[in-house]
Amino acid sequence: MELILALAIGVLGGSGVWLLMRPRTFQVIIGLSLLSYAVNLFIFSMGRFPVGRPPVLEPGTAGDPAVYADPLPQALVLTAIVIGFATTALFLVVMMAARGLTGGDHVDGRARDR
Amino acid sequence: MPDALYLSAAILLPFLGSVVAAMLPNNARHLESWLAGGVALLSLAMVWLCYVSIAGGAVPRFEIPWVPELGLNLVLRMDGFASVFAVMVAGIGFLVVLYARYYMSQEDPIPRFFAFLLAFMGSMMGLVLSGNLIQLVFFWELTSLFSFLLIGYWQHSAAARDGARMALTVTAAGGLALLAGMLLLGHIVGSYDLDRVLASGEAIRGHSLYLPALVLILLGALTKSAQFPFHFWLPQAMAAPTPVSAYLHSATLVKAGIFLMARLWPVMSGTDAWFWILGTSGTITLLVGAYVAIFQHDLKGLLAYSTISHLGLITLLLSLNSPLALVAAIFHTMNHATFKASLFMAVGIIDHETGTRDIRRLSGLNETMPFTARLALVAAAAMAGVPLLNGFISKEMFFTEALDASSAPTLLHSLLPLAALLAGILAVAYSLRFIHGAFFGPVTNDLPRTPHEPPQWMRVPVEILVFGCMVVGILPAATIGPYLDVAVHSVLGAATPEYSLAVWHGINLPLVMSLIALAGGVLLYRVLQPHLNAGIEDVPLLRGLDGRRIFDQAMVFLSWRFARTLERLLGTARLQMQLRLVVCVTILAVILALLPYGLYPGQVALTGIDPVVALMWIVGGGCAMAAAYQAKYHRLAALILLGGAGLVTCLTFVWFSAPDLALTQLLVEVVTTVLLLLGLRWLPKRTERRSGGDTRARLRRFRDLTVAVAAGAGLAVLSYATMTRVSPEGISRHFLERAYSEGGGTNVVNVILVDFRGFDTMGEIAVLGIVALTVYALLRRFRPAPESVGVPEQQQGEAGEWLLVPGVLMRLMFPVVGLVAVFLLLRGHDLPGGGFAAGLMMSVAILLQYMAAGTRWVEDHLRVRPLRWMGAGLLLAAGTGAGAMLFGRPFMTSYFAYADLGWLGRLPVASAVLFDLGVFALVFGATVLMLIAIAHQSVRSQRAAPPPPPVGARPSLSALATGDD
Repeated sequence: MELILALAIGVLGGSGVWLLMRPRTFQVIIGLSLLSYAVNLFIFSMGRFPVGRPPVLEPGTAGDPAVYADPLPQALVLTAIVIGFATTALFLVVMMAARGLTGGDHVDGRARDR
Repeated sequence: MPDALYLSAAILLPFLGSVVAAMLPNNARHLESWLAGGVALLSLAMVWLCYVSIAGGAVPRFEIPWVPELGLNLVLRMDGFASVFAVMVAGIGFLVVLYARYYMSQEDPIPRFFAFLLAFMGSMMGLVLSGNLIQLVFFWELTSLFSFLLIGYWQHSAAARDGARMALTVTAAGGLALLAGMLLLGHIVGSYDLDRVLASGEAIRGHSLYLPALVLILLGALTKSAQFPFHFWLPQAMAAPTPVSAYLHSATLVKAGIFLMARLWPVMSGTDAWFWILGTSGTITLLVGAYVAIFQHDLKGLLAYSTISHLGLITLLLSLNSPLALVAAIFHTMNHATFKASLFMAVGIIDHETGTRDIRRLSGLNETMPFTARLALVAAAAMAGVPLLNGFISKEMFFTEALDASSAPTLLHSLLPLAALLAGILAVAYSLRFIHGAFFGPVTNDLPRTPHEPPQWMRVPVEILVFGCMVVGILPAATIGPYLDVAVHSVLGAATPEYSLAVWHGINLPLVMSLIALAGGVLLYRVLQPHLNAGIEDVPLLRGLDGRRIFDQAMVFLSWRFARTLERLLGTARLQMQLRLVVCVTILAVILALLPYGLYPGQVALTGIDPVVALMWIVGGGCAMAAAYQAKYHRLAALILLGGAGLVTCLTFVWFSAPDLALTQLLVEVVTTVLLLLGLRWLPKRTERRSGGDTRARLRRFRDLTVAVAAGAGLAVLSYATMTRVSPEGISRHFLERAYSEGGGTNVVNVILVDFRGFDTMGEIAVLGIVALTVYALLRRFRPAPESVGVPEQQQGEAGEWLLVPGVLMRLMFPVVGLVAVFLLLRGHDLPGGGFAAGLMMSVAILLQYMAAGTRWVEDHLRVRPLRWMGAGLLLAAGTGAGAMLFGRPFMTSYFAYADLGWLGRLPVASAVLFDLGVFALVFGATVLMLIAIAHQSVRSQRAAPPPPPVGARPSLSALATGDD
């Protein structure tokens, strides 16, 4: 199972990095989203991958880390998801503004002739 | 305890006054002056109240711990020495305010002037009353900052802007050196507390870090006090309004360096390094300043160089490592402040009443402005060191010290009496030039204004100061004696020498030197007069020594040529190159960090492979790679594929016991997809070309592919190595064990977010709100590309023809989705859900309506005011946190209980739920604001584009996005 998830993180991350280095704004946005999946999963993996562990406590008890799922990476990732959403929205608007101002969708405003 | 009150009031009053002054209307000149004058007088009264106990031998001290572990505390203390400076700051400050009331013209923005002046006064007061080294540096930099604003007060003048910038560059750079020096000093002593520092002189001088600390601290002091080679900023700062010059360049700003040197004199002086650095700099400044002053044609320029010279004199006195010289230095600091402030004010009066400060044009003002002329005459005589005035006494002390020092073996020591005599001669010459040039000679009619006496009250500050010069000059021991005594004792303690403040010491060598200086000065002026009358802008012999030019060249080199070269060599404006570098450097950094440990899998037993998860990730990975492949030409396909990868991630969260994450991820996925879909419309059309491109493009792609594969492989290996190791015991146990007993909730993730780490969450929702506002602001100025303006071809046709059945369903779903959102919110504390998920869910409800019915229809029927939601959310979250403070608990402490609602069940009423409600409101508001703002662009641009389609009955589209009616 660890192998699958490690490969998944690798594939998501690799695809994201590839898109980051592309010249079109939309590609960069998609790349960042993919990369953020990879990073979120990576942070999540710090709690390891317990199957069938309850995430919610029994009322009136103190939780035992051996029984319950690790809440800390989950809280961190939850925050990361929301902030990731905000940055995606911001990038989208910057992309739209750049498109309106420069007339193209190249990340530098215009393509360099190299 | 009253002392603590007086001390803090002396500093706080000017700052408070500054804030009030800044908010007064532009034409409230009277009110501003009354306010500023009152504040200065009150501060003076506070200092005086403290002085009462200082004279009794106490050192009032007031301490507020801030970070005691790091030695960072707010410490205010006033000993005799500090009280002398505090009196100068507040007292001369008051006189300057009175003077400025009449000096500033109707057109000047008065609130800004008095606000800056008062803030400067507060900073200066803070500087002299600081009992902590770091705090001292803080106020030191504040004085630099406010002097910058004051010097550049007449923003329209280029000279003022340049002078202000130069002053700030030099003094703030010195301030940075000072900070480093103070850190070293604190390190040597082991404390930043001034009292402890002053008690460990031996340890400081004997430490191996003494020299670096000394050099750095003196760099700060010498730049501030305009000592050679940093003197050049002071003449440029004369572009300031004259009241500012009278205040900053006589009594306060430039004396800060002197203050610091004298403050640290007991612990840092006494070494050769101290003498050589300060002695050389002081002597050169003394002579060069006085020499250059003679050749100035601008009265203020003359005073500026004379100030430089006098500061050099004080520095030289401090360098001599003799307690008597320290007494002379402190005494001369007081005297110089009095006569120089009055001279600056006199020049301001001349400038104000005649319209010029140029000695070549001024003449014979003695006839038209007799009172001012008398006052200036006395003050200039004090500057020249004429007997029966205060300048004479301290100059006598200087001559005595110079003669005493000459018995020491070094060359500089033996030259000192000669240098002192020469400086005396030069001082007499420039004082004569000042008086003779402006007030005597034939009456001239060739002036911009007809000269006459100033308003009476404008002269009062000068009169007070000149009166001080005379009284101290005639009866030194009876007037200034006790204060000087207290000041000197507080610096030297038991080592205070015997000294005598008397006008007449009998006929001795210093007196002879004074007489020679007077005679020589008159003679020198007579000799130079033809040259001066020629009116040439030039300083003989020192033509090449133009500090300002060197400074300008250095600045041009640093900020322009050097920066450009660096940018050309190392920078790139191209995003792709930058990102490529970032990725490559990251990969390298990780490799380097891992090299010492080696990267191998851990020993934890692997969990069995579940075929479902494997299948899921075959799909997910495929989606990701396909999205990467398609994102260039097939954006919609890439977007859908991205959603696929996101869904698989979401499922993974479900699989591994993270329902909260899965829920949030799912909702974010929906909203993001819709956002991106809305954005797609504005991108240029792109049709696939299958030509394959040239070889260079193919090579470039291959290189990027290599980097991407390396990054992906690295991530995979790193994750695998991490996952196969036992996770260390973190703080999770803490949260798990306390979630119910202290947070009152069983959903630990939610309890962490809204309770344990509530402050983080508040920061996070604030970020979300800021992003939403940024999106909104960016889009207000959005101008779409011309070819995207029209209605896209997919939408051309009759409205309402598409999505008929789903549209009806979506409208019906509105209350259902809304209810689910409320449900998620309420159960969040105990079961998966919470403010984030609920807020997103609620915005999905709105979103569905927009998709089903179109922007116009929704906005005619439903008004969401996103800004109000956001504001309410933030206020609620912060208010809940602040509520705890009402009960005497720290910010964000939560409270919980369960309310029994009968058949509805037991509802947790933790205060954290209120906080969560705030999170909900903000997330909802922010998301909807972004969606509406982006969705609106199509309506807006269509409206702008010809031909305009009929607009709905209510023109509330933009109003809706702003959240106002």
